[in-house]
Amino acid sequence: MKAPEFDYHRAESVAGALTALRAAGPDGRLLAGGQSLLASLNFRLSAPSLLIDIGRLDELRGMTETADGGLRIAALTTHAQIGRSAVVARLAPMLAEGAPLIAHPAIRNRGTIGGSLALADPASEWPACALALQAEIEIAGLDGSRRVPAADFFHGMYATACGAEELVAAMHVPPMAPGTRQSCCELARRHGDYALAGLAITLAVEGGRLRDVRAVFFGVGPTPMLAQHAGAAAEGLPPAQAAQAAAEALTADLDPQSDPVTDGATRMQLARVLLRRTITRLGAAA
Amino acid sequence: MSEIDLALTVNGVAVRARIPARMHLVDFLRERLDLTGSHLGCEHGVCGACTIRVDGLAVRGCLMLAAQAHGAVVETIEGLTQSGAIADLQAAFVARNALQCGFCTAGMLVTASELLARGGIPDRAEIRAEIAGNYCRCTGYHAIVDAIESVARDRAGASA
Repeated sequence: MKAPEFDYHRAESVAGALTALRAAGPDGRLLAGGQSLLASLNFRLSAPSLLIDIGRLDELRGMTETADGGLRIAALTTHAQIGRSAVVARLAPMLAEGAPLIAHPAIRNRGTIGGSLALADPASEWPACALALQAEIEIAGLDGSRRVPAADFFHGMYATACGAEELVAAMHVPPMAPGTRQSCCELARRHGDYALAGLAITLAVEGGRLRDVRAVFFGVGPTPMLAQHAGAAAEGLPPAQAAQAAAEALTADLDPQSDPVTDGATRMQLARVLLRRTITRLGAAA
Repeated sequence: MSEIDLALTVNGVAVRARIPARMHLVDFLRERLDLTGSHLGCEHGVCGACTIRVDGLAVRGCLMLAAQAHGAVVETIEGLTQSGAIADLQAAFVARNALQCGFCTAGMLVTASELLARGGIPDRAEIRAEIAGNYCRCTGYHAIVDAIESVARDRAGASA
């Protein structure tokens, strides 16, 4: 279908966008890449009275290595840019691995990381990566900026700590600890489909044993789901045993709901398979 | 109805228009400029029939407002055809029967041309992954993959 009617405002600055957002009240929506918002408008699933286009704001662009070896990815960085970035591949390889999993090339060319974090679709890759990497989300408001740990940012399905008069300005990834291995992978029926089960994971290998396994799943719960029991079960074990123990413990962490297309038990099984395979693979990597 | 002023470049031509804020870019191209080579299928970014180039990148014409293209350089299948930029790819599609009804073809060509522009010879799995967001209900895809692969080989051979 076609989108419903709305007014359109092209923001010239972050401050201008935030001012317009405050003036618009609850019916105002920010438009970044639009790859989810436009689809939702076309379906008439949302009907904002005003779209505030922040897509041209250069102050929300760019990826930079921070002084401590971390990474700041500004909100309007596209999935395609993240997938092609040498800096990302070095400082946060799971993001480079995850980017091509998102939708299709033409959508990756427009969709942004800030939009994905702000939308908090439970099936999307970046929220899970943010939680796995223990990233912080930089939120800009008219009264200044604040940084919220990913663990406190995702409140529920499509619900975040970003206020109605704020916008997501960037994601800050802390420096990667030496010896850390990480991955973002998923199982989907076809390339580019929403994942039936997805995983963003970091772990360390010391003397052939796994430490600090931090597995975050997407597509299997209302938010990115940190698998604490699975991580604890894998702690200190060699990769093969760790993979098995984590997969068995995962039932305590996840309870995927059934939907008309996929049974919850199927998603649970796929999550287990994904975790076992990925721990085995990362444990074996040189 | 909320309207806005728009200025952009389409297939090398400067265009100005006053349009409804809610108008999609592909509808603007089709209905205001009569560039009907870009097709409209699902209208939610899944089928790929409306894929066009904006500022050199393949994008979905149904997931972009015309308003967002203010100041942009837009290329449609008409412009890409006129310039000859993808003539070899189009010829390969014809030679391999990589289209039947043609509805998906414009979008398929734009997607494939972006893959080919990266250079090298992608393997068939890479080609399939790249065109996974462009639905074709006629060919079964084999001929499309054949056509793209043959152009990649020919271009690599020509530049070697």
